[in-house]
Amino acid sequence: MLRNAVLAIRETGGLVKTNLLPVLLVLTIFAGSTYAAEVAPSASAMPWWGWPLALFITCFFLGIVAVPSGVGGGVLFVPIVGGFFPFHLDFVRGAGLLVALASALAAGPSLLRVGLADLRLALPLALLASASSIAGAMIGLAIPASLVQIALGITILGIVVLMASAKKSEFPDVVAPDRLSAALSMHGIFHDASQGKNIHWQVHRTPLGLLLFVGIGFLAGLFGMGAGWANVPVLNLLMGAPLKVSAGTSSFILTLVDSSAAWIYLNKGAVLAMIAVPSVIGMMLGAFIGARLLHVLKASVVRKLVISLLLFAGLRALLKGLGIWM
Amino acid sequence: MDNNHISVEQQRYATLLSWGARSGLVLLIVCFLAYVFGWMPAHVPVDQLPYLWNLPVEEYLKQTNTTTGWSWLKMIGEGDFASLVGIAWLSSCSLICLLAIIPVYARRRDKVFVMICVIALAVQLLAASGILGGGHH
Repeated sequence: MLRNAVLAIRETGGLVKTNLLPVLLVLTIFAGSTYAAEVAPSASAMPWWGWPLALFITCFFLGIVAVPSGVGGGVLFVPIVGGFFPFHLDFVRGAGLLVALASALAAGPSLLRVGLADLRLALPLALLASASSIAGAMIGLAIPASLVQIALGITILGIVVLMASAKKSEFPDVVAPDRLSAALSMHGIFHDASQGKNIHWQVHRTPLGLLLFVGIGFLAGLFGMGAGWANVPVLNLLMGAPLKVSAGTSSFILTLVDSSAAWIYLNKGAVLAMIAVPSVIGMMLGAFIGARLLHVLKASVVRKLVISLLLFAGLRALLKGLGIWM
Repeated sequence: MDNNHISVEQQRYATLLSWGARSGLVLLIVCFLAYVFGWMPAHVPVDQLPYLWNLPVEEYLKQTNTTTGWSWLKMIGEGDFASLVGIAWLSSCSLICLLAIIPVYARRRDKVFVMICVIALAVQLLAASGILGGGHH
């Protein structure tokens, strides 16, 4: 009996040790963000560098949890910074696009080199998505911020449902490619290190995939978020690309989609260096650490905590947009 | 690991994207440090920013007498606009990559992908041009 008790204590200790870091990180984000929300009305309560520093620290932690949870930093950035920092949503979305773009640019080359991102699969989808992201960015900057907040809140809550319920398929079964993907040669080979062999893949349902990418690009431009959360399910579950190829190609697609939307924000004056640069650097440093902590952090726990964080931020965005929780 | 299955155009794209992203990030950080530490004058004094960054973009531009579109290039000597150089560079990386792979597709007579690259380039250029995103104020 005593032995069982000792074993139980050891097990609990191990669990706490494994999960302590993500719990602490999320608590820090909540604490920092709540403080930010409380002192926001008084601009003089903090020296001018206080907010960029708080933003840098928050983004650093967001970057750490973004990697093991499997979501892009951009999708966490906009609702959390938009909801709890004193910056106007116009500037937050401009910075959010740059956060997503910089992360995608950092990962893109190595993903292309090892075949986890595929140019032939990505280019047709990215073309449509980048064109629609321009429309999304223009509309987003033209409509009232409260309306964008409401739509953002609803979208984030939708992402929470998607993240909590969506299944993944490591190697979807694509019996035959559709005519369009065959004509465009949207197929390839990637080396799966876990199996130690080359995997041949092909895709189907390409016309529907293209159509959905028009919508995804629009949302990316409208909200200033990276759209990995939507890209991966469409590539993997709908079109049948292997999960690793879907994730890699999604990241590469963002380099094109987010850059066209970023230009609109830049040309409209909605990019403030003081907000964008600390966010980009903080997020990239955090992602760098997060990638190295992959073996320490328990991905399933981090994922659940990120879903909770998004649920909170989504509700905050919705209530802020409705004028209920200012 | 055997990477023979990676196409020439994909490898070329990856190399250029890697250089573009690295140089862009260095540029971004250097210009930002120059801005924050006051090595360059700022168009909007940094201690005034907390009173302005909560405004909608239109209002911010009006109060700070800031122009939109490419006119920020005229104020590149000021730290807040110099920092935009790195951002513009990062946003332009894909243009060079797309341009570089068109000859590969053209040599292979892959007309569809030449077309896709040309249209993708046009879309990026249209976004960057400022025709859709400002140019007045």
